[in-house]
Amino acid sequence: MAIIKYRKALNQALFEEMTRDPMVLCFGAGIAERGGSYKVTEGLLEQFGSKRVFDTPLSEASFVGMAGGAAIAGVKPVVEILFVDFTLLVMDQLINQIAKYNFMTGGQGKAPMVLRTQGGVGNGLAGQHSQSLEALFYHIPGLKLVMPATPYDAKGLLKASIRDDSPVLFIENKKLYLTEGEVPDGDYIVPLGKADVKRSGSDVTIITYSYMVLECLAAAKVLEEKGISVEVIDLRTLQPLDEESILQSLDKTGRLVVVHEAPVRGGIGGDIISTVLEKAFYSLEAPVKRIGGKNTTIPFNINLEKLCIPSVEDIVDGVMEVMNS
Amino acid sequence: MELDLIKGMFETALTIRRFEEAAIDQYRQGRIYGYLHPYLGEEAIATGVISALRPDDYIVSTHRGHGHAIAKGHDIKLMLAELMGKESGYCHGRGGSMHVANLAQNNLGANGIVGGGIPLATGAGLAVKYKGGDQVVICFFGDGAINQGVFHESINLAAIYKLPVIFVVENNHYAVSTRIQDSTLIPNLSQRADGFGIPGISLDGNDAVVIHEEMVKVVARTRQVQGPTLVECKTYRHGGHHINDPGAYMPEEEMKYWKSKDPVLVLRKRLADEGVAEHELKEIEQRVEAKIEEAVAFAINSPEPSKEAFLAEISVL
Ligand SMILES: Cc1ncc(C[n+]2csc(CCOP(=O)(O)OP(=O)(O)O)c2C)c(N)n1
Ligand SMILES: [Mg+2]
Repeated sequence: MAIIKYRKALNQALFEEMTRDPMVLCFGAGIAERGGSYKVTEGLLEQFGSKRVFDTPLSEASFVGMAGGAAIAGVKPVVEILFVDFTLLVMDQLINQIAKYNFMTGGQGKAPMVLRTQGGVGNGLAGQHSQSLEALFYHIPGLKLVMPATPYDAKGLLKASIRDDSPVLFIENKKLYLTEGEVPDGDYIVPLGKADVKRSGSDVTIITYSYMVLECLAAAKVLEEKGISVEVIDLRTLQPLDEESILQSLDKTGRLVVVHEAPVRGGIGGDIISTVLEKAFYSLEAPVKRIGGKNTTIPFNINLEKLCIPSVEDIVDGVMEVMNS
Repeated sequence: MELDLIKGMFETALTIRRFEEAAIDQYRQGRIYGYLHPYLGEEAIATGVISALRPDDYIVSTHRGHGHAIAKGHDIKLMLAELMGKESGYCHGRGGSMHVANLAQNNLGANGIVGGGIPLATGAGLAVKYKGGDQVVICFFGDGAINQGVFHESINLAAIYKLPVIFVVENNHYAVSTRIQDSTLIPNLSQRADGFGIPGISLDGNDAVVIHEEMVKVVARTRQVQGPTLVECKTYRHGGHHINDPGAYMPEEEMKYWKSKDPVLVLRKRLADEGVAEHELKEIEQRVEAKIEEAVAFAINSPEPSKEAFLAEISVL
């Protein structure tokens, strides 16, 4: 076991998978020589050479499409788009071409590629560098969607994503890169589609993922002092969604709060709650609650930005509301 | 060229230079945050291009957009206030450095998406043409943006519809750390114009006077026959990609060469050579200094946006 940063965990996953499988390539804007803005691809060029690790021009739509084509023809590209905001440039290739390829070819073809990116607010990065867009992709059949919160999960899930047969959108979080956590030495994977109980409790279930896992754990501590036992479930992958873990926890607690940074409207939270209402209505002992970002473009001003995403206090208040009803 | 015009260009270029230096200073003091991409070293382009325009002509800017806005005549007090996220800023602190816009002066705005403004500029050209105006639209973008699909699609649209858009590529030889030689095989980006059947020229992007003289011709032709032109201005950043990038990948020799062609000094020297007295140049410099000091004080003393007003504003979204 070693304590390493989230970004280092991702970096190790890439090193290990590239060592394991000579078909794994890495490309994207500024990922080779500079090692990526968040240093996730640092050292790969030196270790694996420019045939396997290279920089692209700023042609996102086409280099992501190129990754898809290469995947179909037998290599395993791991491409990076610096901000999830820029994945909007690649929607046709990702959704119309890559995500549907396996289905439309009647199962003949596969496009096993990984698109790494990162989202969420930073500190004053404004409207086009702060979004949480996972709900757009969650809607798309054929894409797997991974959003890890800890170094351990980041490493294990990236390795699983690279080994997976489907295209995977792997959304990191800019505020997590420097967080630290324990990661075992040597090879392991975290399977896609398995949620993780990050804290067990008996009064209320919080379902969350990515950076909000940290905020929910902090809220759970505050709530513990108020005598409320909170179970925090980290989805880790949104697609496939681990319904079983959600329903199991709810069976125990009877109370449900869903928390994400993305806006509430049209968000993952609404879908999870609908699923629960359909499948486990009678497990509920209280009204449910969605806590999420405000419905707005993220403003540049840092004090306004803070108003737009859930705080620990918002989560505590939301849980109290569910507990008191 | 008239001496007064060159004096004006010197003042503009120097204002951009000093604005960026003041912004960097304020950033280091923690009053500005987020991304900040200085225009240092590239001042001649905005200065030379925009000095060839009328006030009602449009510009579309980029993430490295302070210079464009200043050359367009924006109030540097309101610009600096925007960079500090203040209510008095052009976008009321909602946009910041990467999104400075002033519609009142036909600056449709900077952009956080590389190439994102290129179709919008094309659209502004369509609107001008449809309304029967004779304005031109300047579309600024970088050597990195020229490899986005939207560049190719937009310039072709402008070509076939004969839209009054002048595509100005600011080739500073890098897209972050990616060298121009690693993103294209052609030596002059203006060669791409051939592929769209439109004129293209490549200019010394560090000489505002040369740029101005060429742009006067391009703008006149555009007003007359409409239809786009691709103008490449070759230049260089005087630092890293953004304020927190030391630019370690930029070779010292290269930097030295380009700094010897410092666009602000090129203008100053030209004025001196034309016989403008040192004390007159000093006067211009003092005037710029005073404006910068005033802008810094204004921005610092401006209030933060109101949280209540913001929450009310977004409640209807
Ligand atoms: C679509 C998109 N891809 C990547 C980025 C990240 N990024 C911001 S500026 C920049 C470099 C742009 O280079 P260039 O167009 O040459 O402009 P310069 O910064 O040199 O002025 C990059 C890669 C972005 N903002 N948008
Ligand atoms: Mg450039």
